[in-house]
Amino acid sequence: MDTYLRSTVIWYGGVGLLTIQVLRSLALPPKYLRLIVNEFEVMGVRSLGVALTAAVFTGMVFAIQSAVNMARFGAEAYVGPLAALAILRELGPVLTAILVGGKVASGITAELGSMRVTEQIDALRTLGVNYIKRLIVPRVVAALVVFPLLTILADVLGVVGGMVIMYVERGADMYQYWNVTTYWVVPRDFLMGIGKSFFFGGIVTLIGCYNGLATTGGTEGLGRATTATVVHVTMGVIVSDFFLTKIMLMIFW
Amino acid sequence: MPPAIVEVVGVKKSFERNEVLRGVSFRLDKGETLVIMGGSGSGKTVLLRHIAGLMRPDAGEVRVFGGNIERLSEESLLPIRRRMGYVFQGAALFDSLSVHENVAFPLREHTSLGERQIRERVAHVLSLVGLGDDVLPLLPSELSGGMRKRVGIARSLVIEPELMLFDEPTAGLDPTNSKMVAELILELKRGPCDTSVVVTHDVELARTVADRLAILMDGRFAAMGRPDEVMTSGEPAVQAFLAGEAR
Repeated sequence: MDTYLRSTVIWYGGVGLLTIQVLRSLALPPKYLRLIVNEFEVMGVRSLGVALTAAVFTGMVFAIQSAVNMARFGAEAYVGPLAALAILRELGPVLTAILVGGKVASGITAELGSMRVTEQIDALRTLGVNYIKRLIVPRVVAALVVFPLLTILADVLGVVGGMVIMYVERGADMYQYWNVTTYWVVPRDFLMGIGKSFFFGGIVTLIGCYNGLATTGGTEGLGRATTATVVHVTMGVIVSDFFLTKIMLMIFW
Repeated sequence: MPPAIVEVVGVKKSFERNEVLRGVSFRLDKGETLVIMGGSGSGKTVLLRHIAGLMRPDAGEVRVFGGNIERLSEESLLPIRRRMGYVFQGAALFDSLSVHENVAFPLREHTSLGERQIRERVAHVLSLVGLGDDVLPLLPSELSGGMRKRVGIARSLVIEPELMLFDEPTAGLDPTNSKMVAELILELKRGPCDTSVVVTHDVELARTVADRLAILMDGRFAAMGRPDEVMTSGEPAVQAFLAGEAR
């Protein structure tokens, strides 16, 4: 129990310290900008398939489940706004963060962790290179851009997927569906979700980077660190989602 | 007396309850090669890592190029580290970069040299470690252990450091390559990078390159002096260690 408590405190402290170091090192030399662009490709482009497939199917399943059940009390006409609100405010940002986050962060942990155990990070340090600027900051900065962008695409596909399945399965009039949806859904609904995805991108990447940098115990430790990252990212997104939502509702509602 | 290149005063370091260094002190002047020997787990590498500022001592002082480094932040250590070269036991090459990119890495980070000059410098340092142009496009995973080590040495030499730190430079090398590394360390003494700390198990290497030899035992230097003095010292523990190592 004592060691568990200790390692938990060390973990939270470590992630916090890394966050401070990243904030202090945000000014990158111009030659590192290409590292950020490279991360757009690694994090964003290569995650499109996962993020968008999940978004379409979630939008569709949400719409038909809502349609069948809301029809029981005669509210099927409101499936559009309900599905859109759920997707824009929660499902889009959260599912994207969990899926893309798990994939991206575990990749980062594996890469940085193997650099740690093979002393490549120490090699960078002895070569006089600021490894936070070289390895961590470009990834965090890229995530702050990539996660909101992926979430926007996921939102669009989720909403459109719901609309199309309603037309195909329930014979809904798409024009009317769209009108009711846009009548009830306001820009704030969309922006709150995007705001959250910005935070999720930061949290997820910092967890991946910290677990990689803190890897000890050779290849076995590397396996443990990568698995831990998937769990930490999932829990981190789900728990922080509640608090972010609470804060945003207090400020913007 | 000019300031020492490295001065270590009473350095102590423990991991959990294991006291690895229990008060190590020495001074290294310009142009000197200090060889540190000791059994496995005696703390040789830990000591070397303190000199590079990769570890902080629990107690004691580490002065490099005349300034204390034991309390410096990572950011303020960077310019000091650029003046030294560190050769890792496992070479620590960047495994996603080719040999050329590995050796060119410090030049790209710290200089504004053009591609042609970088190519020339890379070829020059690789020739110092006995490697030709044919290895340039290879990835570290395609190299033998000995070649990896030599590329690691080349990478640390490419920005012409003033101080070289070698961690087991001959471990895992065949006798020919070991001899070549020893000759390289001797060769460096004639150039601008004439000061080195070499951590090794290799008695032959120690005999060849050391100006001074230190034996690290139980977290302290059991003996330090000219290699012939140490090798013939009456200290029973030192003799037992050397006999074991030489066997």
